[in-house]
Amino acid sequence: MSIDLGLPQRPLTKKDFTSDQEVRWCPGCGDYVILAAVQAFLPELGVPREQVVFVSGIGCSSRFPYYVETYGMHSIHGRAPAIATGLATSRPDLQVYVVTGDGDALSIGGNHLIHAIRRNVNLTILLFNNQIYGLTKGQYSPTSRVGQVTKSTPLGSVDTPFNPLSLALGAEATFVARVMESDRPLLMDVLRAAHEHQGTALIEIYQNCPIFNDGAFDLIKDRSQQQARLVRLQAGEEVVVGAEGERKVLVRKAHGGVEFVDEAAVDRSAAPGAPGSVVVHDPTNPDPSDAFAISRLDGPEMAHVPVGIFRRVSRPTYDDQVREQVASALHAAGGASGDAELDQLLRGPDTWTVP
Amino acid sequence: MSSKPVQTLRRVVIRFAGDSGDGMQLTGDRFTSDTARLGNDLSTLPNFPAEIRAPQGTLPGVSSFQLHFADHDVLTPGDAPDVLVAMNPAALRANLADLPRGATIIANSDEFTTRNLAKVGYQTNPLEDGSLDSWQVHPVALTSITVEALATTSALTRKEKERAKNMFALGLLSWMYSRPIEPTEAFLAGKFTSKPEVLAANVAALRAGWNFGETTEEFASTYAVSPAPMAAGTYRNVTGNTALALGLVAAAHRSGLPLVLGSYPITPASDILHTLSGLKRFGVTTLQAEDEIAAVGMALGASFGGALGVTSTSGPGLALKAETIGLAVSLELPLVVIDVQRGGPSTGLPTKTEQADLLQALHGRNGESPVAVIAPQTPADCFDAALDAVRIATTYRTPVLVLSDGYLANGSEPWSVPAIADLPELTVEFTTEPNAVTPDGSPTFHPYARDPLTLARPWALPGTPGLEHRIGGIEKADLTGDISYDPANHDRMVRLRQAKIDGITVPDIVVDDPSGSAKVLLLGWGSTYGPIAAAVRAVRAAGHHVARAHLRHLAPLPANLGGVLTAYERVVLPEMNLGQLALLLRARYLVDVRSHTAVRGVPFATTELGEVILTHLSEVSA
Ligand code: SF4
Repeated sequence: MSIDLGLPQRPLTKKDFTSDQEVRWCPGCGDYVILAAVQAFLPELGVPREQVVFVSGIGCSSRFPYYVETYGMHSIHGRAPAIATGLATSRPDLQVYVVTGDGDALSIGGNHLIHAIRRNVNLTILLFNNQIYGLTKGQYSPTSRVGQVTKSTPLGSVDTPFNPLSLALGAEATFVARVMESDRPLLMDVLRAAHEHQGTALIEIYQNCPIFNDGAFDLIKDRSQQQARLVRLQAGEEVVVGAEGERKVLVRKAHGGVEFVDEAAVDRSAAPGAPGSVVVHDPTNPDPSDAFAISRLDGPEMAHVPVGIFRRVSRPTYDDQVREQVASALHAAGGASGDAELDQLLRGPDTWTVP
Repeated sequence: MSSKPVQTLRRVVIRFAGDSGDGMQLTGDRFTSDTARLGNDLSTLPNFPAEIRAPQGTLPGVSSFQLHFADHDVLTPGDAPDVLVAMNPAALRANLADLPRGATIIANSDEFTTRNLAKVGYQTNPLEDGSLDSWQVHPVALTSITVEALATTSALTRKEKERAKNMFALGLLSWMYSRPIEPTEAFLAGKFTSKPEVLAANVAALRAGWNFGETTEEFASTYAVSPAPMAAGTYRNVTGNTALALGLVAAAHRSGLPLVLGSYPITPASDILHTLSGLKRFGVTTLQAEDEIAAVGMALGASFGGALGVTSTSGPGLALKAETIGLAVSLELPLVVIDVQRGGPSTGLPTKTEQADLLQALHGRNGESPVAVIAPQTPADCFDAALDAVRIATTYRTPVLVLSDGYLANGSEPWSVPAIADLPELTVEFTTEPNAVTPDGSPTFHPYARDPLTLARPWALPGTPGLEHRIGGIEKADLTGDISYDPANHDRMVRLRQAKIDGITVPDIVVDDPSGSAKVLLLGWGSTYGPIAAAVRAVRAAGHHVARAHLRHLAPLPANLGGVLTAYERVVLPEMNLGQLALLLRARYLVDVRSHTAVRGVPFATTELGEVILTHLSEVSA
């Protein structure tokens, strides 16, 4: 006789991924939008709920796991990538997500973030960047602008902020993307691509904190400004910004780096790769220089903010290789160890017997 | 066999001392191995500087290895060497104070040059100026005889030949104490397979050392130490770090869980990482993390997924892991944390031993954060401690801290290898079915429902259908695990977590009081076992009555401990800290525990403890 576990029949829906916990973010918080998008996306994977795990650190965004009806761990400040590494390495059958914020991932947990990325562990990291500490009530974060006045910087922040994507690319990232919380179609696309990716996928999500840093992303949310500022990266296409007639195209600078120039001024005869030549976005390029250069377009003034997938390359993953080493050691030894092998190990090479 | 007369000795303590680059640890290891084969009981104590290669010939660069072997049960590496092998003036100067008058000194006279003597502040050559007249000094030109013996090995430079002098010393000592050199020859053959010239040189030097003893008139006789009576069984020599690693593998085997070690290199714990990283064939996964915090995080993540999560470290690393251990307390997941204690605070004395992390292990986290704490008492006992730690961690879903130390980690002794079938059964059962019903009658899962006997919560692994749940460091509601800030619930959860640890089954402490009439009880924990037992033995041999008991479980404490402490007129507690356990016992049992403490980075000397005991005995009977 089988017990009725009350398990939903497939296909799963968004409701199946909604836990019974009351969501406790502030009204209007961008986190709601992201949660809804993720809950809507998860059924699409066709992965049973029990095989999905959300691991988070500390901060507003890190409450996320409580609201998703999967397995989850709300851990401690900054440590989620390390904990998720242990989990993902020992359990290849699971889909492991890390949910973190700019303070959690880039300040207290910066070390774990870069090492997870460089190892290329099978993890999808959702980095909610609201450029402020929310849960501790409004101190500046490692992504806050220079000069930003916050509770702990009454005269303005003097810290140079991190560009999370430049940081990730410098840390040998294999998958790097950025999305606006409000851009649901792109968020879904990026989540899908991240799911397919082998290794660490870092997705920076610009998230508005209406309580402590309201309007941080208005320049790129505002329809009238958006077109001149938002750069939608499309694989295989030129990198462009601006409305029809005011369009700018990304070209290579003479001494490295890239810049936007008016479409009319583009020299279409320049040899590919030469100064002045048009940059065709190729996230799969093994050389991360272009992706890095594109990540540098974004600055505190948000003149040009690229969104989409910056980099998506293939490299063996850490957890696969760790497991492979164990598996081949087992294979070479003729299978799992039994009592006899353990006995031999305990004895070691140098024993003597007392009768 | 030597043709010279043989004198029989009951016990010998030898200390090999030289420059860090002289290979003294290897020499000591080999002598130990050959001694173990002969059936002597033994105990070893390596002592080396934190620097890999301190400036040559200086006092900070001296590395030594002490070995105590006997025809009877050996409890400590020995207080004072009977023989010092000094490879240079620094080794002599650094160790002479430990050497009783009359002891033998074998010194490498080649190294006693004006320059080397000056380096360590000798105005004149102690081998010649009469200052060592109270000792039996044998100056041997170890370096030049070695080079001479290798004269035909033209493939090597003089420097390379000189490097074999430790094997010459080993050969000489092997001759002197009637140890066979063939096992070392076999060992060298394995070590230098790819370097035949180096192998030939080392073997030649080893034999030359043996022959030198046999032919020179410097040494009139050899010595023999008969085998010690030991319980029947198969033995090997192990260090504490090796025993811990083996114990973890054995525990994983018995529990059916894959072992996942998250670790960050730190002295003196790194050998656990090294050993386990070579045991992938046993399904062992080792993750060298980016830092101590990540190391324990990885272990905890693995535990969440159903593995046996372990992390190994030393005191500074334990401090960094504190918050994650607190998380494990809150998550109520199994986690084994090994702290190989060293001298502190801060970086302290990385290569020296100490027991000063006890309070950190017990209380070094925010909030009421109880964990189980176990302390092995000898190098070989680290094996059993590892199994016990895993038993408690998996049965009670709790972090368990194992307090080894630098002495246990690097010290070694013979170990009677257990039969696998005799190891404890550690099978773990995961929860796979709902364990509660909702008000409307449908099955549900309560991650914080508890086993009524152990108070352990269910271990339901990600991947189990229908049991999806979230756990975290925020206080959770009893049973459901939902976030709860309710004051009464928090009070209940804090008490439940404490009650779970307090309820862990640990054996009663056993008192060794042969006459039954002792008034003074010597109590210890961890690695002081050997020195305390040896001192008690010596005091009893002199006709006194003294009781002895040793604590393995520091949390929870054995149920009978209070009764034991109050049954004696005086309780004396030696610790290699400033009285941490004494503080706890005084607070908890209101017993006037007398502390005896030293933090010199080395184990207690038996004679020192013997005197302490005698003082207390005289005070009590007065
Ligand atoms: S403080 Fe800001 S980020 Fe945090 S929940 Fe409120 S609105 Fe969201």
